[in-house]
Amino acid sequence: MQVNGATLAPDSSGGLWWAAERTLVFSDLHLEKASSLARRGYGLLPPYDTRATLAAIAAAISRYAPARVICLGDNFHDEGGSARLHPADREALVAMVAARDWIWLAGNHDPGLDGNLGGQIVEELHLGPLVFRHEPLPGIQPGEIAGHLHPKASVTVTGAQFTRRCFASDGHRVVMPAFGAFTGGLDLSHKAFRGLFRAGLHAWILGDRTVHRFPVRHGGFR
Amino acid sequence: MDDRPGQLPFMTDQSLPVVLPPAIADWYAARGWKPHAHQLAVVQQAQLGRSVLLIAPTGGGKTLAGFLPALAELAHRPPSKRRVAKLHTLYISPLKALAADIARNLETPVAEMGLQVRIETRTGDTSQARRGRQRTNPPDLLLTTPEQLALMLSYRDAHRIFGDLQYVVLDELHAMTNSKRGDLLSLGLARLHRLAPAARFIGLSATVADPGRLRRYLGEGDQVATVMGRAGAAPVLDILASAVRIPWAGHSARHALPDVYDAIRRNKTVLVFVNTRSQAEVVFQELWKLNDDNLPIALHHGSLDLRQRRKVEAAMVAGTLRAIVCTSTLDLGIDWGGVDLVVQIGAPKGIARTVQRIGRANHRIDEQSRALLVPANRFEVLECHAAIGAIAEGHMDAEEPRPGELDVLAQHVLGVACAAPFRADDLYAEVRFAAPYADLTRADFDQVLDFVGTGGYSLRQYERYRKLRQGSDGRWDVAHPGVSRQYRLNVGTIVESPMLRVKLRRGRNLGEVEEWFIEQLVPGDTFAFAGEVLRFEGIRDMVAEVSRSRDPEPKVPSYQGGKFPLSTFLASRVRKLLADPAAWSTLPAQLGDWLRIQQRKSTLPKVDQLLVETFPRGQRHFMVAYPFEGRLAHQTLGMLLTRRMHRAGLRPLGFLASEYAVAVWSLKPATEFDDLFSEDMLGDDLDAWMAESNLVKRSFRNVAIIAGLIDRRHPGQEKNRRQVTFSSDIIYEVLRKFEPDHILLKATWADAARGLLDVQRLADTLARVRGHIVHRDLQQVSPLAVPVLLDIGREAAPGRDIDEFLGSAAELIEDAMQEPEQD
Repeated sequence: MQVNGATLAPDSSGGLWWAAERTLVFSDLHLEKASSLARRGYGLLPPYDTRATLAAIAAAISRYAPARVICLGDNFHDEGGSARLHPADREALVAMVAARDWIWLAGNHDPGLDGNLGGQIVEELHLGPLVFRHEPLPGIQPGEIAGHLHPKASVTVTGAQFTRRCFASDGHRVVMPAFGAFTGGLDLSHKAFRGLFRAGLHAWILGDRTVHRFPVRHGGFR
Repeated sequence: MDDRPGQLPFMTDQSLPVVLPPAIADWYAARGWKPHAHQLAVVQQAQLGRSVLLIAPTGGGKTLAGFLPALAELAHRPPSKRRVAKLHTLYISPLKALAADIARNLETPVAEMGLQVRIETRTGDTSQARRGRQRTNPPDLLLTTPEQLALMLSYRDAHRIFGDLQYVVLDELHAMTNSKRGDLLSLGLARLHRLAPAARFIGLSATVADPGRLRRYLGEGDQVATVMGRAGAAPVLDILASAVRIPWAGHSARHALPDVYDAIRRNKTVLVFVNTRSQAEVVFQELWKLNDDNLPIALHHGSLDLRQRRKVEAAMVAGTLRAIVCTSTLDLGIDWGGVDLVVQIGAPKGIARTVQRIGRANHRIDEQSRALLVPANRFEVLECHAAIGAIAEGHMDAEEPRPGELDVLAQHVLGVACAAPFRADDLYAEVRFAAPYADLTRADFDQVLDFVGTGGYSLRQYERYRKLRQGSDGRWDVAHPGVSRQYRLNVGTIVESPMLRVKLRRGRNLGEVEEWFIEQLVPGDTFAFAGEVLRFEGIRDMVAEVSRSRDPEPKVPSYQGGKFPLSTFLASRVRKLLADPAAWSTLPAQLGDWLRIQQRKSTLPKVDQLLVETFPRGQRHFMVAYPFEGRLAHQTLGMLLTRRMHRAGLRPLGFLASEYAVAVWSLKPATEFDDLFSEDMLGDDLDAWMAESNLVKRSFRNVAIIAGLIDRRHPGQEKNRRQVTFSSDIIYEVLRKFEPDHILLKATWADAARGLLDVQRLADTLARVRGHIVHRDLQQVSPLAVPVLLDIGREAAPGRDIDEFLGSAAELIEDAMQEPEQD
């Protein structure tokens, strides 16, 4: 994937690898989503989403051995999320953060982040040709790597339909899939994506072991 | 009506004459009627304090019999202006339309009897205001549905609402058991037994194979009497003798539709039943192509817009329709006297359903119902013959009783807590009073209770968000009122698969279709729905927009509706028919030829045998087995056989299951059939496959919704969908990884094994055929194998050239039916 001159590799986990900078990017972890829903009376979902998400991050880190990790925001599902971390999960997270350069993108979207987890907290990050921010800005934004929208797409393969999370890019900017275990998705045809991309939009759909690239026609994607 | 005595296992005791109050006795007398024996028997048993199961065909005054004990009591009630209103009788029906219909039909006799009885209905359509009134000022008779009962039982004043209840009348009880809905109803009835100690339960049912099973829903042991109504006139059943060639495969019965149209022309009003919604669409369109006389023929199925359905029903009541093409949505319900013929297109699948459908014609007990069975293919001809034989001999298919599901129990436990604090010991005892939960273990009950309270995870993360709290007296109660609100939004066991509304562009709603069907369409595709060929335009705001198409044939063939499995009993009758050449004389000549050639070229299995044929075709080795146990069980069998053959290095390439047979094709021929079909395939292979199966994920979604893990709807969901909703598949995966022994996984596996895979039936089949497998190693495809091979061509993935190895249908049939030179 070429974005504004940088060569990036979308990973089937949902992470984005920038080899030149030894940087691994994750978006929308939504840690402690289950406990957030439980707290607000939306049912008692299995309290293992944080554990599953952290395990997936750890697996990606051990594959790429990044020098730097960037988390694109919505790191916790809500305010107070980090306070609800299970002690074992907190310990695992703090150890991962301490072992490398770790950047939390926050801005006003992450009231849940607390400084005790380690790493730097910034609102926006410019690195070479790329700019990392949580929510894609409207209009043409060359080199923008953002999350927030949780893109997903459907493809029909030999009669069966698959709907999976995906990266969306037109070569100028990228919208990353949500990485968190309990995150939902928004179809690329949704109006929230309108106006973000120029011609040549592709979806990199997350498969079980690899990602699959498909062209997207006019937002309608079937 | 007349006064011939019915058969009464519990005869009315002559020393205790049944005395009907004068108001009711006079009402009968004024019309020159006498009460039916079974009506009197029900009154007598109820007056002796017993609950009653009344088994009678429709049209014999069955519903009135159900209400008669209550009306007799209410007639004796002294008139009083200052009486405190109390709910006297609760009537529960599987259909809300039926509840409304019964209310109307009851008003008339009650008024004619001069009784001061207030009758009201309560369904999902009843306004909040009216429901509130019914709580503070209840009617004497309340007519409602199982879901509304569950809802009312969760009210904080449920004990007051139901405390003085005298009768509970359960209409069409046979249609409300042996399902999750039946589980919930049974738990509600157990609750009513506790809340209303005086109540007697009166179950009304069509003929069933095992009345004992239904009786247990009403109470235990000799608390419940059985009353048999007089059998109705035997129906007149015919199989359509079509002059045309009977198709080898397929379900549309297109070949027979000119004859069906003819039957419509020759009768006053005809109900044309089909088995799936897609079939209904096809048959409806084809009939209209033939409809030179412009007869008013309508369409009715569960996906159509509600208003459209109501319009069709109203036209039927008004007598302005000549025919309705319909699915199981019209199996039960409103009594239409005018129907003089029932047509069943496609296989009957089960005796009970067939009898029920036939009973929709001439809904009066002394007149014969007339029905015409229209088989769509050769195996269905056998099935129709087997069904007619069984009906003539008065046999019924028995339903395998199944234990109550744990997700439903979880819902009920929460509902009980919403009403009042309870002790675990008491509730455990009460729950086992419900028929499906009689054998529930305490360990399962405790696990369900823990799930309801805290989610039941070993990581005790949710103690402070728990839904149930234990008081200092040891009783469990809801932790806060929000829990009850949430419960009431989610009550019920009917979980729809995600549906999309279908709407004409700038026009009206046509109905709803499964989301997955719409998702496979691209704009411009055409499909048949609501009796028209529609062009798909796109999805906008969660609505599928369509326009009318001028294409005569839809491009995307059909979408599946519900499919009934072939009943075990009917399957055994079909095997019997196959094994008995003497009985073939009643079959059409084409069928006789087919079976005789099969017998010469291969063989026909005896009743207790499983025939397995192998033959090469187009570089593939085919194995076809004929268990006759229904598509679900065959699908599971095919999947397990394929796994096993893969391990044995036979390189299986695919399989296909039909109602009657399963075919597997591979690069190397299968051998060792006793081993291949041995029962141990239901061990590790099944477990390993189920863990990954999409079917099981679908089951999990249903289970999670019913058990209350996932809400049906969230307040404010639409605003912020992306934040709150996500796929239940993800929860399933996480649960499996971190909490493999969770109670919902247990419930999911039980649900999938029963509902989607028919594992028990497969297990019974494998046990039945052990040591009775007959293998025929053939050089050529056999006549019996042709239908399932044709299905392979039909269902093959688009773009794959199946002809390459199967040959064309014509070649296939010719090869199969070619008589051998010498034997």
